[in-house]
Amino acid sequence: MDLKVKIGNTEFKNPVWVASGTFGSGKEFEGLTELREIGAVVTKTITLEKREGNRPQRIVETASGLLNSIGLENKGLDHFIEKTYPEAERTGADIIVSIAGSSCDEFLECAEKLSEKVRPKGIELNLSCPNVAHRDTKHKLISQDPVSTENIVKRTRRTTETLLIAKLTPNVTDITEIARAAEAGGADAVALVNTYMGMAVDAFSAKPVLGNVFGGLSGPAIKPLALKSVWDVYNSINIPIIGIGGIMTGEDVAEFILCGADAVQTGTVNLVDPSSHGRILKEFREFLNRKGASSPIELKGKLAAGL
Amino acid sequence: MDQKKIKSQKTAIISNERVAKGHFVMRLESQEIASGACPGQFVTVKAGRDATDPLLRIPLGIHKIGQKDFSLLYKVVGRGTRTLSRFVKDESVDVLGPLGNGFPLEGGPVPGKSKVVIVSGGHGVAPLFALAEYLRETRPQTKIKFLMGACTAEEVLCVKELEEMGISVGIATDDGTRGCRGFVTGLMEEEIKEKPARIFACGPRAMLAEVARIAEREKISASVSLDAYMACGIGACLGCALKTEEGYKLVCKDGPVFEAGEVLWKEAVQARQSCGCE
Ligand SMILES: Cc1cc2nc3c(=O)[nH]c(=O)nc-3n(C[C@H](O)[C@H](O)[C@H](O)COP(=O)(O)OP(=O)(O)OC[C@H]3O[C@@H](n4cnc5c(N)ncnc54)[C@H](O)[C@@H]3O)c2cc1C
Ligand SMILES: Cc1cc2nc3c(=O)[nH]c(=O)nc-3n(C[C@H](O)[C@H](O)[C@H](O)COP(=O)(O)O)c2cc1C
Ligand code: FES
Repeated sequence: MDLKVKIGNTEFKNPVWVASGTFGSGKEFEGLTELREIGAVVTKTITLEKREGNRPQRIVETASGLLNSIGLENKGLDHFIEKTYPEAERTGADIIVSIAGSSCDEFLECAEKLSEKVRPKGIELNLSCPNVAHRDTKHKLISQDPVSTENIVKRTRRTTETLLIAKLTPNVTDITEIARAAEAGGADAVALVNTYMGMAVDAFSAKPVLGNVFGGLSGPAIKPLALKSVWDVYNSINIPIIGIGGIMTGEDVAEFILCGADAVQTGTVNLVDPSSHGRILKEFREFLNRKGASSPIELKGKLAAGL
Repeated sequence: MDQKKIKSQKTAIISNERVAKGHFVMRLESQEIASGACPGQFVTVKAGRDATDPLLRIPLGIHKIGQKDFSLLYKVVGRGTRTLSRFVKDESVDVLGPLGNGFPLEGGPVPGKSKVVIVSGGHGVAPLFALAEYLRETRPQTKIKFLMGACTAEEVLCVKELEEMGISVGIATDDGTRGCRGFVTGLMEEEIKEKPARIFACGPRAMLAEVARIAEREKISASVSLDAYMACGIGACLGCALKTEEGYKLVCKDGPVFEAGEVLWKEAVQARQSCGCE
């Protein structure tokens, strides 16, 4: 069976990738899962300058979900280029680098330097981190604003030939509008979803559980919401979709592809079970076999809606 | 933390028994994990079987290290630990470990003939027991004083076993039902009048902050093991950050054992913490 998928002009060995922020640089999982078998490792989002991150407590479990407010803690672009990337590369994994910035120029500088110095397999623009304020939009997140989404994608597109993926927030009224803006800006693909903003409250102390008050919800709790976003976007754009949200099994992967995704990323499940990638890939392969499909693309968008 | 030694395994349960009110000891069979483990390291256990709720793994200190097995001592405080307490002999649980860095033992922080003071609060006794056992075996000359703090008499654990190893134990309970009434740090003040080479402590952050304050005042080096809310346990999610002199460190990967002097205690105590005792 051929699991290869093509996103833009770039080929990937399979459609099951791992999501930014839930897999470190990949090195943390060496020996726990076969890194060479991962479709792509999307590294923890980096920014131009070092960021300290939010004050603890940063994570808490909720019903079948995880609420986090890490705050994009990272050591900055230069450290990433000099240390983290080479280490990640040595694991043999295919790497997509996730970047964010507090202005359009910061995105550009990151994208430019990365394409020049490390040449990753792709760049994912994290337009959806709830933890960074932006100078170029009045909205809290870039991908809540179609104009700045299109603008950032367009300008980054001009600086690099590398595969460009725009990662979107689901915290919007109409995610298809933002996805169309990313497409218009020239993104090779959109990745959705990032986390849903939420809170956890400790009733006894009358305090928020997270030091940052709110955080982003991920895990199985959000899968139905994420599936709808993917399905809606699939029906409104023509570029590939990377589906993300609550994937725990190979069958979950199939659900996203049926809703129109070309590939998926697993997030929280890696934290719960660091060897999950191999299992999920195996389950997905078995699913295709059972369905008599010879490649993932045969399932794409085949949801029998309204029938 | 030596990443090469970390194993993710289905591990057979040799026993899982209630040892005191609300407290259980789970003994697990795994030569790989036991042989790679040092006192002060921890494992994470998946209690949720195939379900998604509870979702996260439970971090637990390694309580006893055998040749082909190891034990965990845990207090039932919520859904995860309650689910764990229902597992029975011959079932298996999914374990990841050994994780983190253990107590500093090599390189001579505890010379043979010296004295060490071990201070536990609540379930902090779990990893400190492994430490005491290790020190007793490897440094028969060392004088070990084990000071134990608990909410109440029923939660005072492992005393007989420690005494059988020839370790002298001091006890403080919040309600005075066993040992002294009050905080274990009060006992520590008395005990360190004869100056130890090092203090080892594990327990609630407020207790550890007090241990750190006293240790600094008396210029005694102290190793403390902290709890933090964890998701991955392997340094990937950055969820378990702890503010230190050098900025944020990760409790799972850089700890859970830290030098008392490097932790910024005000921030550490303020950040909501995990402890079954309050
Ligand atoms: C390195 C380390 C070693 C530990 N060793 C022991 C031990 O040897 N024995 C023992 O009894 N306990 C130990 N704990 C604490 C234990 O992990 C928590 O009591 C347990 O996770 C509670 O889970 P729950 O679902 O039963 O409780 P919940 O109902 O979820 O919560 C009860 C309390 O536990 C805390 N907690 C919940 N989930 C986590 C998590 N994923 N990580 C950390 N804290 C959490 C919460 O903040 C809360 O205060 C240790 C914690 C750490 C970080
Ligand atoms: C602890 C944690 C950290 C995350 N950090 C990032 C990040 O740095 N950049 C990013 O684009 N997404 C980040 N995410 C979001 C995930 O990549 C993913 O979009 C989200 O968790 C939904 O997928 P899941 O339900 O499979 O986890 C993070 C998620 C978690 C749980
Ligand atoms: S628990 Fe994930 S980094 Fe420590």
